[in-house]
Amino acid sequence: MSEKLLMKGNEALGEAAVQAGCRLYFAYPITPQSELPEYLSKRMPEVGAVFLQAESEVAAINMVYGAAGTGARVMTSSSSPGISLKQEGLSYIAAAELPCVVVNMSRGGPGLGSIQPAQGDYFQATKGGGHGDYHLLVLAPASVQEIVDLTTLAFDLADKYRNPVMIMGDGLLGQMMEPVTFPSEGSRELQPKPWATTGKTKDREKNVVHSLELLPERLEAHNIKLQRKYAQMEQAEKRWEEYLADDAEIVLVAYGTVARICRSAVDAAREKGIKAGLFRPISLWPYPSEALAKLTPIAKCFLCVEMNTGQMVEDVRLALEGRRPVHFYGRTGGMVPAPEEVLAQIEKLVAGRCEA
Amino acid sequence: MITVFSRPRSLADVSTHYCPGCTHGIIHRLVAEAIDDFDVAERTIGVAPVGCAVLAYNYFNLDFQEAAHGRAPAVATGIKRALPDRIVFTYQGDGDLASIGTAEIVHAANRGEAITVIYVNNAIYGMTGGQMAPTTLEGQKTSTSPYGRDVSNAGYPIRMAELLATLNAPRYIARVAVNSPVHVQQAKKAIKRAFEVQIKENAFSLVEVLSTCPTNW
Ligand SMILES: Cc1ncc(C[n+]2csc(CCOP(=O)(O)OP(=O)(O)O)c2C)c(N)n1
Ligand code: SF4
Repeated sequence: MSEKLLMKGNEALGEAAVQAGCRLYFAYPITPQSELPEYLSKRMPEVGAVFLQAESEVAAINMVYGAAGTGARVMTSSSSPGISLKQEGLSYIAAAELPCVVVNMSRGGPGLGSIQPAQGDYFQATKGGGHGDYHLLVLAPASVQEIVDLTTLAFDLADKYRNPVMIMGDGLLGQMMEPVTFPSEGSRELQPKPWATTGKTKDREKNVVHSLELLPERLEAHNIKLQRKYAQMEQAEKRWEEYLADDAEIVLVAYGTVARICRSAVDAAREKGIKAGLFRPISLWPYPSEALAKLTPIAKCFLCVEMNTGQMVEDVRLALEGRRPVHFYGRTGGMVPAPEEVLAQIEKLVAGRCEA
Repeated sequence: MITVFSRPRSLADVSTHYCPGCTHGIIHRLVAEAIDDFDVAERTIGVAPVGCAVLAYNYFNLDFQEAAHGRAPAVATGIKRALPDRIVFTYQGDGDLASIGTAEIVHAANRGEAITVIYVNNAIYGMTGGQMAPTTLEGQKTSTSPYGRDVSNAGYPIRMAELLATLNAPRYIARVAVNSPVHVQQAKKAIKRAFEVQIKENAFSLVEVLSTCPTNW
């Protein structure tokens, strides 16, 4: 399928998952991602795949655990409050090294919050979320086409590293419509998964999917092994996009929906003769710190813009190690910043020589 | 020489960590015998609980997944939906199934997942040191009910088999005990029937096995 289709982000994600070979999907309804289970409830049976509405997000993520343990490609999705309920399962999945894809179309928080777009789940997604030392790979699309591309990638990365991959969107991305094309289906040869629990045949030892290690020596060894894997991801899986960043004196840092808004603000600033640019992390974990730091020789300051009260800005500061001032502008509670607001922030910084 | 008694093939040749006198071991054996009787070991996947049986995967010669506390029926659902032609069973304690995992067991049963649940009810939280379980008997002393279970505070012992039997989808629900040779024989039959229901009727089955915890009560 290579013609252009007009699709909502949530539906495009569902179609991309099906085409990436996702054969089981478990989830519990929540706004603003319900178009995704609705789409898959129609689409999965067409390809002989499993759609199951679970009794809760807790159950859904544990169904994902079971199915992933058999080697199948499997996905779940939710929005912020539901993602909180999945944290126990995610910790177990990461510990047991099972591949799966988890979608968060995040909304305003904390608590029940609102159903409007927000980015308040950045810490939860990138710094752990559940208990123990583990990482998800976190991918943050900024368009419907990128949702499709990153969903395809997410399944491949999950299998490659035997690790859960989170697609971090927000209510706006899930619900907006844009033209998309899907990667040509071709033959998707999946790698064999000899570790999967499929029934112990005589030609192999039994397979056990577990995370319990009662001996401290063994659990430490397991943790070291996991950390080695995360280090490999940090080597190979950092993704980002730059827009007019080469000669920028003010570099905006934003992801997802906010990055689109910042791009408009950068254009408006350039029209006024201000050398603004945009750095957009696509992988939120691992964070593209080195690429961001490379902009410091020309950049005088950085402005991190988020739909929260300041979360990714910590990673920006860590990346720059105090070499340049890092400013923050955020809206929260489901409020989406307008390009003019961001432009006003840029102008304020220029007026204060980037130090204000 | 004729062999009249041997270890079931599905049971691993290792010693278990269970306390002397604990009946988890007998129940493991009955499960392994049923799997051998149907000759389905090569297509069986077990799900271990969090509880004293957390290491069950070491004691069976079967592929196994270890679930988070109470989530075994959801994990089993994921396995069975991915591999509908395999035999899937969970092995859960009463804290696991009747307290933290009540939602998962009720809905797996209500959907009629074609799995078999071995529900080991010893009326106590064995693994964590003998705290009160939802199944602890009225007046029974435990480490968190030192004056005996007071039903006006803690409620009555919950009857999961009866609760689940009100649902339409489950095909076979039984309660048995393993405190005497006769009861062990009855338990063996029930567990075998439960696997048969899964294998031949593709339906949900559960056997509650009343078990002991000589260490904690
Ligand atoms: C989320 C979570 N809460 C609590 C525990 C601690 N915990 C481990 S086993 C257990 C109780 C097990 O009791 P039961 O299911 O009756 O099995 P038994 O040990 O008696 O066989 C508890 C509370 C845990 N591991 N995880
Ligand atoms: S604590 Fe109780 S249930 Fe656990 S192994 Fe010992 S006797 Fe058995």
